[in-house]
Amino acid sequence: MKNLLILGAGTAGTIMANHLRKKMNRSEWKITIVDKEGDHYYQPGFLFMPFRIYSEADVVKPKRKFVGGGVDYLEADVDRIEADANQVHLKNGNTLAYDVLIVATGTTPVPEETEGMTGPDWRKRVHEFYTFEGAKALANTLDDWQGGRLVMHICEMPIKCPVAPLEFVFLADSWLRERGLRDKTELVYATPLSGAFTKPVASKILSGLLEEKQIEVVNDFNISHVDNEDHKIVSWDEREVPYDLLVTVPTNMGDPMIERSGLGDELNFVPTDKHTLQSKAHENIFVIGDATDAPTSKAGSVAHFEAEVLTENILAFTQGKPLPEKFDGHANCFIESGNEKAFLLDFNYELEPVPGKFPVPGIGPMSLLGESKLNHMGKMAFRWIYWNVLLPGHPIPMVGHRMTLSGKKLPEGVKAPQPLV
Amino acid sequence: MPDKTINGVTVSTDDDGFLQDHSPWNKDMAATIAEEEGITLTDAHWKVLDYILADFAEKGAVPGMRRLNKVGGIPTKELYSLFPGGPIKKAAKIAGLPKPASCV
Repeated sequence: MKNLLILGAGTAGTIMANHLRKKMNRSEWKITIVDKEGDHYYQPGFLFMPFRIYSEADVVKPKRKFVGGGVDYLEADVDRIEADANQVHLKNGNTLAYDVLIVATGTTPVPEETEGMTGPDWRKRVHEFYTFEGAKALANTLDDWQGGRLVMHICEMPIKCPVAPLEFVFLADSWLRERGLRDKTELVYATPLSGAFTKPVASKILSGLLEEKQIEVVNDFNISHVDNEDHKIVSWDEREVPYDLLVTVPTNMGDPMIERSGLGDELNFVPTDKHTLQSKAHENIFVIGDATDAPTSKAGSVAHFEAEVLTENILAFTQGKPLPEKFDGHANCFIESGNEKAFLLDFNYELEPVPGKFPVPGIGPMSLLGESKLNHMGKMAFRWIYWNVLLPGHPIPMVGHRMTLSGKKLPEGVKAPQPLV
Repeated sequence: MPDKTINGVTVSTDDDGFLQDHSPWNKDMAATIAEEEGITLTDAHWKVLDYILADFAEKGAVPGMRRLNKVGGIPTKELYSLFPGGPIKKAAKIAGLPKPASCV
């Protein structure tokens, strides 16, 4: 009996377990999935919790419930991977041997990476909404908000769901208006990038949005430290952004276990072939989702598309065949823009988000890079799809892992990407 | 997209002056782009640029400050003194690489 081991029962790991248990020969392969935590969070829902659009119960369910029969589910903390010996050491002293390993250990915000971030203001005036605890704490703080300077801030790239900070300011704008607090609140967006929108086509189409909503953008802001005493963030070139409430996206890092295993880059992400999802260092290790260093978004939709590619590649690998499938970097994300409207993006490694119709070319009904109520309804309906279709590993009709150019309008000067062969 | 002539070579750039295509780029062109940014390139600058170019070739993305710091061995303060303002953005521009971007 051979062992296929999956580390991490988040979005990517769970989908992989569900795909492989249906496709692998279970008399030859034993599939085991390991995770240290019992709860599965619908992470896109964290964005809505601070505004009390989603409650805690909407975003959390037991992890085990989503891993189907035929997979051994093990709740344990991984100490390290010993890749040269094809084994994983658990913190409880046990060892798991593997023939094929899938690393799906995700990414986590690490506020301690920034000087002063977890100082006296932490969870009082300094918040984040990328964790369940953080989103809950921010909701409580916002309940008492009476106005002042609300700063949305990103420490450094890459971050999980790069559009979420933008969505936060857009939602904050409409939430403040509803409560009659918009006139009393300065909304600021501070980013280490050159602007809130950086891809040229989206930037041209969406640039008016921030101005319209009177959101001030501070760009090229690389944080040096948080000054808890004077309630301001300070950049390496000594610029200062004062806050009454700072909502930050801390540095995102891969699991510390990756570092202990000597398998990571400077942020504990695993160097991975961006097309095959095979680890660059070990041919029987595959990496999926936020754990990879692939230059695409760290987002659930990416993990979902990657899972389709990786399933085919793992099946081929276990049969000694060349890896047949290639991932093109496809991501598909809704951007909430406030007032119950949203945008939709569809892009990959080669093609930036462009306008068009999705998923049916020319018809839609959803608009790419266009704001609509229907896109917002799509985003809200996605929670049901996530729990009932995506996690169990069922295909989502009309949305394949390869991005399609059909239905997209390529503006002048934007080159169509070469299809992957 | 605007075309621009650098050292007698016509190149296509984005609205912020970043090269759209890296292939015509060379070290002399880097020196000219740097002059436009008010920077005279020294060996210390080239250490950063060479690192960014090698990293981009391997990973397909312009490395961030942390990577330059931890892996490239270039302290953040030094980066700011070499490329005042936005070090990563300026270095990428001089290296003929795309502007660091998010997904939207």
